[in-house]
Amino acid sequence: MHLNRNDEDVLAGELGPVKQKAMEILVALGDIYGAERLIPIESAQIAGVSYKTIGDAGLEYLTDLTGSVVVPTMLNPMGMDRDKWRQMGIDEAFVEKQLAIIRRYELLGIDAQCTCTPYYVNTPRKEAHLSWSESSAVSYANSVLGARTNREGGPSALAAALVGKTPDYGYHLDENRVPDISINIDFPVAGADFGALGYVVGKIINSRVPQFSFVTPPSDDELKALGAGMAATGSVALFYPEKGAMSSEILELDRSDVDIYSSSEPDVVVLGCPHCSSSELTEIARLLEGRTIARPLWICTSRFVADRCSALISRIEATGARVICDTCMIVSPAFEKLSMKVNSGKALEYGPSLCNSHTVLGTTSSCVNSACNT
Amino acid sequence: MLQRIKGRIISKGIGEGSAVVTHQPLSFLGGVDPKEGVIRDPKHELYGTSIAGIVLTFPQGKGSTVGSYVMYQLKRNGKAPAAIINVSSETIVAIGAIISNIPLIDRLEVDPIAAIKSGSQVLVNCVEGFIEVET
Repeated sequence: MHLNRNDEDVLAGELGPVKQKAMEILVALGDIYGAERLIPIESAQIAGVSYKTIGDAGLEYLTDLTGSVVVPTMLNPMGMDRDKWRQMGIDEAFVEKQLAIIRRYELLGIDAQCTCTPYYVNTPRKEAHLSWSESSAVSYANSVLGARTNREGGPSALAAALVGKTPDYGYHLDENRVPDISINIDFPVAGADFGALGYVVGKIINSRVPQFSFVTPPSDDELKALGAGMAATGSVALFYPEKGAMSSEILELDRSDVDIYSSSEPDVVVLGCPHCSSSELTEIARLLEGRTIARPLWICTSRFVADRCSALISRIEATGARVICDTCMIVSPAFEKLSMKVNSGKALEYGPSLCNSHTVLGTTSSCVNSACNT
Repeated sequence: MLQRIKGRIISKGIGEGSAVVTHQPLSFLGGVDPKEGVIRDPKHELYGTSIAGIVLTFPQGKGSTVGSYVMYQLKRNGKAPAAIINVSSETIVAIGAIISNIPLIDRLEVDPIAAIKSGSQVLVNCVEGFIEVET
């Protein structure tokens, strides 16, 4: 891989051992994936934030790390709401470790907004190169916003944030952004159907680049759900939501293929995977209007969106539902071993494996009904 | 007799020890106990084997990227391998080795899984890019 003189200086340790290690990481990745050069990135987003996920191993690494990131950098959700952790039933030992992790990230100059939807906070421009690690955000950035990022791991995104560059391979290159399978959805789909569709399609196509054709154009929230599902059951990082040139391979699905909803009633209902947008909060508030919950209903969003929707959140919480920020049902220990009903294909995939939770899928409306009726 | 085999340097340094060889990929998160340096995945053929101070030879890593941090933890606990040989490294083990100062080499001229016997003495030179194996 070609390095310019500045890169060589960093690699030689002239900016200290932390940047040197970060550069060694980028060079190794460039060699492994056949990159010819490093390219500047405009932002980074780092997974590996919840103490539940990275444990003492991650905390020890972060504790030894010094220096500062050189591009705007955000974090994935952590294991609890910064303010409402008591309501979530998080124990104090966990809180202490979690806050230590967040402090370490903040000392590196990272904006400790913990969200899987960083694009609501700071929307990348089209064609911007990024190093993001949250798989659903990677999919959204590549597919909806037209930016360019690989699916980074937490450690590689952190290295990229410290150097401000990433090796030029994978989804940064035009040649890897060409759709290679057409998927025709010739029946109407809406809302949570997109999470279900993503869950089903990801299992079939794994890491390919699909081009969809839909009866009506999906909303951005629906595309978010579709991408999140495909990134969870497969490793899809880029898809095209609009009909384009046909690929040589075509996948046809029927309505019955994506009907993976369940009517079984859970211990808790959790919405907001990925974190709710303001329009999704509006929809939930509308569905809850005039009702009282009879079963715990948790709604996950970013602090950024919550701060801008305080009236909506008051309406939602007046029903007994709880809106939580900074965290989600998957990375928090609060939902472990509970049966969950979700409206997300991504949460449907990870609930059983990461929370040991019997997880079922419902539409947003049926999730709200489950919470309100016993 | 010593056989010298060239490879690609992923993480710099020099390490030497007795080889532990497996043809199975390895996940450090969940697969290795970071305090004891022992393989704890019951489905792995190295289950129960200590990897501290040895030359760990396996095809490549797998699993969560948190595995990189587990490798760092092993190093801090004095339980890390002396060096690692991969058939073809992937991101998790590559980053783990770099941040933990564990020499890591891959893409050897011959398949290391076949060429190296468990228990033989191996030198991994990730300054010049070769290994030396007792044959």
